[in-house]
Amino acid sequence: MDMPAIEVRGLSKRYGEGDAAVDALKGVDMRIAPGEVVGLIGPSGSGKSTLLKCLGAVIEPTAGYMALGGRTAFDGGWKIRDLRSLRRDNIGFVFQAPYLIPFLDVTDNVALLPMLAGKSNREARRQAVELLEALDVGHRAKAAPSELSGGEQQRVAIARALVNRPPVVLADEPTAPLDSERALNVVRILNRMAEQYRTAIIVVTHDEKIIPTFRRLYRIRDGRTYEEAGEGRGV
Amino acid sequence: MISLAGRDILHHWAKYVFTGVGLGLLIGVTLSMAGIYRGMVDDAQVLMRGSGADIWVVQQETLGPYAEPSNLRDDVYRAIVGMPGVAEASNVTYLTMQIRQGERDVRVMAVGFEPGHPGEPPFLVAGRRIVRSHYEVVADVRTGFRLGERVRIRRHEYEVVGLTRRMVSSSGDPMVFLSLKDAQEAQFLKDNDAIVNERARTAANPALNRPGVPGLLDAILATQAASRSVNAVLVRVADGHDPERVADDIRRWKHLEAYTRAQMEEILVAKLIETSARQIATFLVILAIVSAAIVSFIIYTMTLGKVRELAVLKLIGTRNRTIAAMILQQSLGLGLIGFVMGKTVATLWAPYFPKYVLLLPGDAVRGLLATMVVCAVASLLAIRVALKVDPATAIGG
Repeated sequence: MDMPAIEVRGLSKRYGEGDAAVDALKGVDMRIAPGEVVGLIGPSGSGKSTLLKCLGAVIEPTAGYMALGGRTAFDGGWKIRDLRSLRRDNIGFVFQAPYLIPFLDVTDNVALLPMLAGKSNREARRQAVELLEALDVGHRAKAAPSELSGGEQQRVAIARALVNRPPVVLADEPTAPLDSERALNVVRILNRMAEQYRTAIIVVTHDEKIIPTFRRLYRIRDGRTYEEAGEGRGV
Repeated sequence: MISLAGRDILHHWAKYVFTGVGLGLLIGVTLSMAGIYRGMVDDAQVLMRGSGADIWVVQQETLGPYAEPSNLRDDVYRAIVGMPGVAEASNVTYLTMQIRQGERDVRVMAVGFEPGHPGEPPFLVAGRRIVRSHYEVVADVRTGFRLGERVRIRRHEYEVVGLTRRMVSSSGDPMVFLSLKDAQEAQFLKDNDAIVNERARTAANPALNRPGVPGLLDAILATQAASRSVNAVLVRVADGHDPERVADDIRRWKHLEAYTRAQMEEILVAKLIETSARQIATFLVILAIVSAAIVSFIIYTMTLGKVRELAVLKLIGTRNRTIAAMILQQSLGLGLIGFVMGKTVATLWAPYFPKYVLLLPGDAVRGLLATMVVCAVASLLAIRVALKVDPATAIGG
C-alpha cells in the first residue's frame, strides 16, 4: 500500500470523567490508501459520528495516533496548531443533508473553500465550475441551492468537499435522503472522484443499498473497529 | 473573497428592507428630535439677531424680556441713549397672546417697537413696513395671516400690511409686530369695566378727591389709564465701543439690568430651553436604546436561524473573524438602510412640524456614526452566539 491517506492507530475518545465517563472510541485502527473508498458501518451509538468528528479534527481524541494525508495530525495531542486550516486544506465533508449555504449560488458554494484558502475569486470560481461540470451539475452553476433537486444538491456538496483537492473526504450518510438510483449515483461519483483525485473517502452509512458496493468496510461496534472485506460489487 | 454579508442581505432582502424601514422610522424620529432642539437654538439666535440689539436693558434682577417678566418706564431709554458708546436705544414690548383668526386661535408673540429702531423686523417677504402710528401689523408667515387680512388684538382691529419669516419667540410662537403705542395699550391698558371700577374707587377716596383741589382727581385718573411701561430697551452700541463695557456702565449708573448678546444667548439657550434640551436628550437616549434593542433582536434572530450554515462554514475552515465580520456587516447594513430611510423621512416630515425643525448636516453625520456604533454594539450578542456554534453540530450523531 502507498503511504496511507488516513492512518489511525489506537484512537480513543472518552466523554466525561470519573463514574460518568463514557468511552466512545476504544482504540480504533484504520488505514486507508489514497483513492480508496471505504464504508464505515455500525449501529446507532457505536461511535461512528465520534470517529468522524475525530477524523474531521472537530473534537480532540483522548489518546492514539492519527495522520491525514501523510501529516501527523494527532499523537497524544494535536500536532497541528491551526485545526481550521487542517480541515480546510486536508479534509472534505459531505453531510447527510447537503447543507449548502442558501444565500450563495451553486458556484460560490463550491468556490468558497478555495477563496477561504486564499485563491482569487476568479480562480476559485474557475475551479468550482470545472468540478461542477465533472459532476454533471455545471448547467446549474448560477442557480440557488433551493432551486436544485436533492440529488443535484448532494452533487454540489460533493464538489464542495473535493474542490480543494483534499487527501481525505468524510461522508456522513450522504445517500440517506436519496432513492436507490440517486444513492448509487452518488456512490458512483464518489468512486470516480476518489480515483481521479486520489482522495481517500470514508462513507459512514446505514444504507443497505450501497453497502455491497464497497470493497473494504470498517464495522464499528462498542467503540472498536473491525475491518471486513466488502462485496465490492461496484456500481 | 466574496461578501458573505452582502449575499445574505440580498438573499433576505425583503426582511432586511422592511426591518430597515422600521428602524428608519425610529431613526427619523431621533433625527427630528435633534432637529427640534437645533430649531429651538436657532429660533433663539434668530430672535436675538432679528432684534438688531447689542444690549438688552431690563428691570433690575430679572432675566427679561424673554425669560422673565420685566417692566420699565418708557422714558428710561432717554437716559440710556445719552450714555457714551450708545448709538441707539429704543423701547420694546413683548406679549404672548392668542389672536382670533376666523374660527381658530393663533398663539403669537406681539412685539411692540418703534419703526426705524432696534426691534423692528429685519426683513419682509411680502407687503410693506408699518408706516402708520396705529392699527397696522407685520406678521410672521407661520401665523397663517395673509396680507390685507384684518385681525383683532384686544379691543382693536389691525390690518396685516407686511409678512416676515423666521421671527418666532423662544417657545416657537410666531411674532406679530405692531407699533409701540398699540402694543403698550394691548399689554397694559385695562378693560373698560376695570377702568370704570378703578375710577369709581379713586373718586370715592377722599384723599384723592379733595374739595378745593380742582384737577387732582382728573390727573390721577389720567395716569391710571395711561400705558407708560415697556418690557425692555434695546441698545445698539456705537462702532468702536465694547458692548460689555457699555452694559457695565448701564448697570452701574442706571441701576438696571443689561445683557450683552453673549449673555442673552446664554439665557435663551442655556437657561430657557435647558429643560427642553434635557427632555430631548433623554428621549434621544431612549430611542438609541430602543434602536439597539431592535437591531440586536433582529440580528440575533437571523443568526439563530442559520446556526447550521454557520457550523458548516466553521467546519470547512471559515475563520471566526470572517463570521464575526459577516454578522457585523449585516448589522451595519441594516443600520445604513435605516439611516438612509430615517434621514429621508425626517427631511420629508420636517416642514409639517409646528415648530421649526433644523436638520444640520453635522447632526446627520453624527447620527450616522451613532447608528453605526449602536448597530455594532447590537451585533455583539449575535456574534457571541455565532462564535459559540460548534462545527461538530454539522456532523450528525
